[in-house]
Amino acid sequence: MPYLELKSVSKGYGLNGARTEVLRDVNLTIDQGEFVAIVGYSGAGKTTLMSILAGLIRPDAGTVTLEGREMTGPGPDRGLVFQNYSLLPWLTVAENIRLAVDQVFPEKSEAERAAHTTEFIELVSLTPARDKRPHELSGGMRQRVSVARTLAMNPKVLLCDEPLSALDALTRANLQDEITRIRTLHRQTVVLVTNDPDEAILLADRVVPLTAGPNATLGRSFIVNLPHPRDRKALNHDLRFRELRREISEFLLQSRQDRHATLTRKLVLPDIEPEDLSVPRSRLGRSRPLRSNELKEATVEVTS
Amino acid sequence: MKSFKLDWLILPLLGIAVVLLAWQISCKTWAKELPSPAKTWDASKDYVLKPFEKRGEMDQGILRFTWYSLVLVAKGYAIALVVGTPIGFFLGLSKAFTKTFDPIIQVLRPVSPLAWLPLGLVLFLGAGKQASEMGALFTIAICAMWPTVLNTAVGVRAVPQDYLNVAKVLKLSRWKTLTKVLIPATLPYMFTGFRLSLGIAWLVIVAAEMLTGRPGVGGFLWQEYNALLYEHIILCIITIGVVGFILDRLMSLVESRFKTA
Ligand SMILES: Nc1ncnc2c1ncn2[C@@H]1O[C@H](COP(=O)(O)OP(=O)(O)O)[C@@H](O)[C@H]1O
Ligand SMILES: [Mg+2]
Repeated sequence: MPYLELKSVSKGYGLNGARTEVLRDVNLTIDQGEFVAIVGYSGAGKTTLMSILAGLIRPDAGTVTLEGREMTGPGPDRGLVFQNYSLLPWLTVAENIRLAVDQVFPEKSEAERAAHTTEFIELVSLTPARDKRPHELSGGMRQRVSVARTLAMNPKVLLCDEPLSALDALTRANLQDEITRIRTLHRQTVVLVTNDPDEAILLADRVVPLTAGPNATLGRSFIVNLPHPRDRKALNHDLRFRELRREISEFLLQSRQDRHATLTRKLVLPDIEPEDLSVPRSRLGRSRPLRSNELKEATVEVTS
Repeated sequence: MKSFKLDWLILPLLGIAVVLLAWQISCKTWAKELPSPAKTWDASKDYVLKPFEKRGEMDQGILRFTWYSLVLVAKGYAIALVVGTPIGFFLGLSKAFTKTFDPIIQVLRPVSPLAWLPLGLVLFLGAGKQASEMGALFTIAICAMWPTVLNTAVGVRAVPQDYLNVAKVLKLSRWKTLTKVLIPATLPYMFTGFRLSLGIAWLVIVAAEMLTGRPGVGGFLWQEYNALLYEHIILCIITIGVVGFILDRLMSLVESRFKTA
């Protein structure tokens, strides 16, 4: 039995008129202890996919199961590291983590929870900053707090939504090493989303590309058969690494080309257009009817 | 204009001088009934120099009157906050609640304190001696409440989805989501509302005291108008203005503390 499973998951946003199908028929199975990286273009639907895994949004169709049980809502068994850190700015580093600890381990004593919090602050080497607020920290440190907060919940699955994308290259490399280190410590099941194939191959056991959207879906799995620990510099010369990177990049490029090419451009239409009745008028009454040339963007699908 | 040394002091003083001059010219030309600045000071100095003296119910030092007014404002303002903040939260949290009550709020909001006060007095007719105070409190509360209600509602709606997602992933209970996430995230907006509400409460007090004849700056103003002592009207106006200004500054300080948090 697969540990974590996505079965024919689809999700779209918007109403009939302006609907975009983001994900279509996404299937994925992950074993316990496996580290899977999902790579995709920005805007493809990676955050949407992670939100579905975390239970923050419900898919329009399909199911998410963890250990055979269907997941219908969020819960601390699937810890999510948010793309934008999402720390509460009025709490200190320790308080942010403590909030999660208090919530997940209500049965532990006060002292145990304090110790648990301290342990995870130490794990991400933030002890000197434990009483600082998020706005006093660098982006890398904030993401560390976010990771610590999630790990402190002791989740069965760690979900990381582009945790390193907003960071500069050096900090990024640092945190990649840190993720590897923490991972060898805890042996957690990890799903990591990234837009960088190199990062995916460096960290994961298996890389699954997400095709370009709309109607994005997961491609075939690329098993990363490289021994740990992986050295960033040495990898660059490793033939298997280069071959994998080429294959994954090619897959992503291909997915962008042979799908319906999607153009987004501004359409300027003559003013004689009839009123767009598919757009509901707001309650407080927009004074003029909305015409479709006033829409900022329109998507034109060209099927080749 | 270029800034120069002590401009923060000299320019405001210059402004005051200009107004005093206009006042002096006015009372010599078109406004014969208006007391001159010197006359105003002469007639008011007893009240200003012995600000806490009590010579009679309606003849007291100006700060003593101010104190009475401030106590009444504090009570009415407290009611406004206690009632207004939860209403703001409900408006921010529930679309249905907004749809139900927003039209009523928009209609009640512009109603003047002068219109509410008689209703307040009628409502508390049964309260006997307390009636005028309760009526005044009712008026202050209902007029001062709206900025708090509306700013709180805006603040709640502006809570970033990210914070709510954190609450969801952590499975915070409704109560914990409120106390740990919603209220802290809304505080800056709430305090903007609180500051605006205080300004209105202070505006309303004068009207309320004038109509009920309670001792206080407003009541004093109205009594002296009836006694044809116009100098004291000006004294009251200046006092009301200065106190209002100080209150607003104090609230701004509190507000800015929460802005940075
Ligand atoms: N709440 C939403 N409402 C409408 N459209 C959305 C919403 N969230 C995401 N989208 C759209 O779904 C697509 C995928 O978004 P997202 O999952 O954030 O992509 P990624 O994380 O890969 O950059 C985008 O085109 C985005 O505009
Ligand atoms: Mg994203």
